[in-house]
Amino acid sequence: MQTRQALIDYTLHLADNALILGHRNSEWTGHGPILEQDIALSNIALDLIGQARLFYQYAALLINKTPAADPTSPLNHGTAVTEDSLAYLRDAWDFKNCLLCEQTNGDWGKTVLRQFYFSAYQFYLYGEMQKGKDATLAAIAEKALKEVTYHLRWSSEWVIRLGDGTAESHARMEKAVGELSRLTAELFLPAQYERSLAEAGLAVDLLPLRSRWEQRVREVFEMATLSGGAGMLTGGKEGRHTEHLGYLLAEMQFLQRAYPGCEW
Amino acid sequence: MNATTDKIWSLLEEVTDPEVPVLSVIDLGIVRDVKVVDKAVEVVITPTYSGCPAMDVIAMTIRMTLLQEGYGPVKVSTVLSPAWTTEWMTERGKEKLRAFGIAPPTPLQQVCHTQLFHRDEAIACPRCGSYHTRMISEFGSTACKALYRCEDCREPFDYFKCH
Repeated sequence: MQTRQALIDYTLHLADNALILGHRNSEWTGHGPILEQDIALSNIALDLIGQARLFYQYAALLINKTPAADPTSPLNHGTAVTEDSLAYLRDAWDFKNCLLCEQTNGDWGKTVLRQFYFSAYQFYLYGEMQKGKDATLAAIAEKALKEVTYHLRWSSEWVIRLGDGTAESHARMEKAVGELSRLTAELFLPAQYERSLAEAGLAVDLLPLRSRWEQRVREVFEMATLSGGAGMLTGGKEGRHTEHLGYLLAEMQFLQRAYPGCEW
Repeated sequence: MNATTDKIWSLLEEVTDPEVPVLSVIDLGIVRDVKVVDKAVEVVITPTYSGCPAMDVIAMTIRMTLLQEGYGPVKVSTVLSPAWTTEWMTERGKEKLRAFGIAPPTPLQQVCHTQLFHRDEAIACPRCGSYHTRMISEFGSTACKALYRCEDCREPFDYFKCH
């Protein structure tokens, strides 16, 4: 039972990461610096939201098979939980995404750096997850890894292009590193549900991933002539978020909150 | 494979991808299994990309096509592993793509690595056949395509990228 709850939390964490970053990226649709890159980022958003759907569908399956311990839980109103109710009807403290994912877009440099940090993390995470003991998570990871490989290459190239670009683009990238790098430590700091599942081989053990991720970041930053930064802020995985998430959810969930169950 | 299963496979040849209408779901290689018990049919498909918005339409079209032919209940289920690859696309499908103006995926998975600033793949222009082409963007009109331009006939074209 405890393992079941941890698996639900872990799956929601993976889904929330993909949904929130995907939603942030989608805010660029129609606003990209040039048409091709607008389309590129929109495609990445689409991949991430697709991954989120697969994780939410699995989480819903697990939840519906488990009676909620708390009878007042909004997830327990007698109707089955769905991918949509998980995305649209939970509040900020229920979301388990990393703080990095919810940060505002800023300029193009900050957006591509956020994507680079996160794609590099997903690349190593999914690489391990596809060998994990949970067959559904392994299948989603195997599928998603192909997409993430593209995201990682695309975002790495942009980090280098801007970091090693003009004085203006370099300065903006340094500023973005200053803003975002402090949020990267959380990626590798396991929450309680990750720790308990990792022992059973159901979740990826994050600690060994860290050095591989740092190595990748170092290589790209070297080409981009950027200096690194250290991370320290944490809490997102356990529902303690920056103020940005509430605003994001207010917009993303508005329609389903105002017109419950609406379809078109 | 019995006669009914054969018939269903041939009906699926009529179900096309809404975003690349020349390709059937068979050409795409996304139909993994067809199970028949009397009139009840289950079709197992695998998504191309996790977020491909065409998948819901494809699943619905499969259902409608089979229901119209008198089968039912019809269930369309999804399997994720093994992950779809463009290697499962039929040769006929690749030919249809080319005729439609989209360069078909190359047989070798040259771009599925993380190496940066790689040399552009040698993609033949679907209009004039020239290999003198250049990638404009890794992401085209849909997730499965990249945008290229032919440096000889100067036409832009989509490349159905290997995956």
